[in-house]
Amino acid sequence: MSMNRGGRPTSPQGGQTSDHPTFTGNKALQIEEPLIFEVGDVSKTGVDFAEAEPHKARLGGLERQSIGLPGLTEPEAMRHYVRISQKNFAIDAGVYPLGSCTMKHNARLNEKMARLPGFGDVHPLQPQSTVQGALELIDKLAAWLLEMTGMACVAMSPKAGAHGEFCGMAAIKSAQIAKGDARSVVLVPESAHGTNPATAALLGYKVRDIPAREDGTVSPEAVKEALGPEVAGIMLTNPNTCGLFERDIVAIADAVHEAGAYFYCDGANFNAIVGKAKPGDLGVDCMHINPHKTFSTPHGGGGPGAGPVVFSEAIAPYAPVPYVVRDGDNFSLVETVEAAKGAEPFGRQTAFHGQMGMFVRALSYMMSHGSDGLRQASEDAVLNANYIRAGLRDVMSQPFGDQVCMHEVLFDDSFLKDTGVTTLDFAKAMIDEGFHPMTMYFPLVVHGAMLIEPTESESKVALDQFIATLRDLVKGAKDGDLGRFTGAPHHAPMARLDETRAAREPILRWRPEQPAEAAE
Amino acid sequence: MRYLPLTDDDRRSMFSDIGVKGIDDLFADIPEDVRLKELVDLPRHAGELEVERQLGAMASRNTAASSVPFFVGCGAYKHHVPASVDHLIQRSEFLTAYTPYQPEISQGTLQYLFEFQTQVALLTGMEVANASMYDGSTSCGEAVLMAHRLTRRSRAVLSGGLHPQYRNIIETLSHLSRTPLEALVADPQGDEDIIAAIDEETSCVVVQSPDVFGRVRDLSDIAAAAHEKGVLLIAVVTEIVSLGALKPPGEMGADIVVGEGQSIGVGLNFGGPYVGLLATRQKYLRQMPGRVCGETVDANGKRGFVLTLSTREQHIRREKATSNICTNSGLCALAFTIHLALLGEAGLMRLASINHANGVALADGLSGIKGVEVITPAFFNEFTIRVPGKGVDVIDALVEKGVLGGVPATRLAPDQKGLDDLIIVAATEVNTADDREAYVKALKEVLS
Repeated sequence: MSMNRGGRPTSPQGGQTSDHPTFTGNKALQIEEPLIFEVGDVSKTGVDFAEAEPHKARLGGLERQSIGLPGLTEPEAMRHYVRISQKNFAIDAGVYPLGSCTMKHNARLNEKMARLPGFGDVHPLQPQSTVQGALELIDKLAAWLLEMTGMACVAMSPKAGAHGEFCGMAAIKSAQIAKGDARSVVLVPESAHGTNPATAALLGYKVRDIPAREDGTVSPEAVKEALGPEVAGIMLTNPNTCGLFERDIVAIADAVHEAGAYFYCDGANFNAIVGKAKPGDLGVDCMHINPHKTFSTPHGGGGPGAGPVVFSEAIAPYAPVPYVVRDGDNFSLVETVEAAKGAEPFGRQTAFHGQMGMFVRALSYMMSHGSDGLRQASEDAVLNANYIRAGLRDVMSQPFGDQVCMHEVLFDDSFLKDTGVTTLDFAKAMIDEGFHPMTMYFPLVVHGAMLIEPTESESKVALDQFIATLRDLVKGAKDGDLGRFTGAPHHAPMARLDETRAAREPILRWRPEQPAEAAE
Repeated sequence: MRYLPLTDDDRRSMFSDIGVKGIDDLFADIPEDVRLKELVDLPRHAGELEVERQLGAMASRNTAASSVPFFVGCGAYKHHVPASVDHLIQRSEFLTAYTPYQPEISQGTLQYLFEFQTQVALLTGMEVANASMYDGSTSCGEAVLMAHRLTRRSRAVLSGGLHPQYRNIIETLSHLSRTPLEALVADPQGDEDIIAAIDEETSCVVVQSPDVFGRVRDLSDIAAAAHEKGVLLIAVVTEIVSLGALKPPGEMGADIVVGEGQSIGVGLNFGGPYVGLLATRQKYLRQMPGRVCGETVDANGKRGFVLTLSTREQHIRREKATSNICTNSGLCALAFTIHLALLGEAGLMRLASINHANGVALADGLSGIKGVEVITPAFFNEFTIRVPGKGVDVIDALVEKGVLGGVPATRLAPDQKGLDDLIIVAATEVNTADDREAYVKALKEVLS
């Protein structure tokens, strides 16, 4: 053992660590943190304001007396939110291969651009002469999206993917009503995102399921069989949620159009084909784009997103307000249905003009990548997914056989058969290894689905480590090392949570503890 | 390319491990005739400096709210946000996380959502709130659909004081679903009789306070009349800071409260992203749309939080879901939560009081101008003035004098009569006495 001059040991004594309980329940950097309601105080504030100038209130006699909101000073607030932040996994911290979610790197330049006062500090109802640059940005992003998709027009205002789905299907419905051909059914493949049937139902459509064929794609024959004069359209995700490109998409689109119906493409997976194919060439009538997936605007723990929708010529006249019109160097907004000349907008979906903050970030991403980088990103995303497929195909099982995938690779749970380990256990064991689990139990058409999407942001070193880890987990499962799985995660800030209890007796807000009832 | 870690050597060795010759083999499922041979017709990749130059040039063509005397409101408000808020929401753990589907490694997100829900419930005077919606306007549309489900009726009655773009959203939903709707005409001076519009088919009445013209309304009588006929009252609050000064809708009988939370923590952002609030009574919980976070325990009995009641949601229920909503406005909800935690009750009430004082001072200043009339007797920080001539011309003329003086009422509702000479004016804590003087002086000049 070595000692420094003050007698302080400089080498570990006593050897390995062990799991000693602590007085606080904290584990070094993992610190237990109460709710603000338990640490704050209604008399405290972290914001200094001088008192209001003397004035005679004109509140109509509706003054409020109290609220019950606790406050924190700035040092307390910083510590509170930093501590809870440290209980989150994040892309910046590790591989986050959630299939269908596209957890790619969020460049900080995009954050900086969105915070320029000229974008972040302008009001949506300022006179248009004072926001020409903001309108120019929307117009420019629209032009880039149209070039990438080969479509005729774009509605920028939808606030998220599902909001965009509603936009597209509402435009389709309006187009058919305008033709005097209102229809009642929408076709949705079984592998679709849940938002597709929910959107169709919200617009009053009945949903007709289309089964997948054995290779995981949709066959034109199945679509033809389901088509009829009552069918308004099909909502099809391409590449689909099994990570496969619908190779008969053009034939499907033709059949749909022949039946007087329209083709809504769920663009959630557009990131796989940017720069490789244009939806406009595939027969698509509407497609929403998820800038938070394809163009890397941050997911932010579940939003905000954005959901611009591109339209074909046939549907374009029914796109909602508002939209930006360019006349030379001058930009203006069409904000009401009445003001829309030569078009028949189906209405308005949101106040103001859409997710400007996301538009700036998305355009910053696109300009950074350019035509060459956007294509390279798609190619690298597909390459990375296939590299994972190749690295795991001999130990994990693929529901539709070993075939080339797009940006995500789908496994099922048959390789876990008779091991006593479930898809959920397997995923939770990945947490202990420092990875975020893949998407589990989706798509619903595959038993115990595990959908892995590495994105183009992962290096080969990271992929190799990921593959080696999953191979070791498979080996552990097959070797009967159950403890590694059924109780996992062992090393996360929390053990598995009781979701049944949460749903059975919902506690959705903090309330002060009731004093114990006095004994009678 | 600075964002793509693979090298050409990596790519070659990966192709070989996969067992393909090159990238074309991986895209073979895209039919040959639609596969792009050339790059799309856009500029090549650009470095940070170049992107900053180009976007900076566009940004510089806009007049930032902080750079001029600024009085624009109508559903989005210029407030000061503490520096620590933006710092915290940019932490990687918050910014670059997904929806908290793995609660063991997402307690950060889940805990702030639980705090957010509690804050929103307290602020609105309601029992429960969801984990946020896209914005106030879409939240309002969802509330109407929720009321239809709860009452099994489908006729909504909209106050003429409802923000016209909020009204447009409900009109669009009603038009697409062929359900009846009664939207009362614009009501700048409070003449409407909304109770008379309630009938047996009505599912809900939608009333905004402070309304789009700034008028503060007591909702108690409307609530009582609505409840008598089994009708729900949806209260709309677009300036959430007002609840630091005004009796909350929950205390006036509202069944659902929807709000725009932008004023707390979120910047103007030219209209988005914002954060929608939706709060209701406990008994209506199962028909509430959107994501919800709930308290539970882990396997060791330790308190923790999870997303819950997902059997209402699209990923489980598909076409039978309460809504097609799949996301919330997570990061904006975090900004709201942090800012409101910093304010606390004391800070929020002080902030609200300053807003009201500045509104009153501005109203006094403007009403002293010959020909200008303040037509809103009771208001929070926003009110309507009548000017000689067209409001839109006055606002444009004020721009020339370097003042952003409000929103001409016709901008929001060009289809409604009698609004030509009205301007809706907002004052917040960011306005100084100098700003007010500049406005009064400029308006005098414009009108002389």
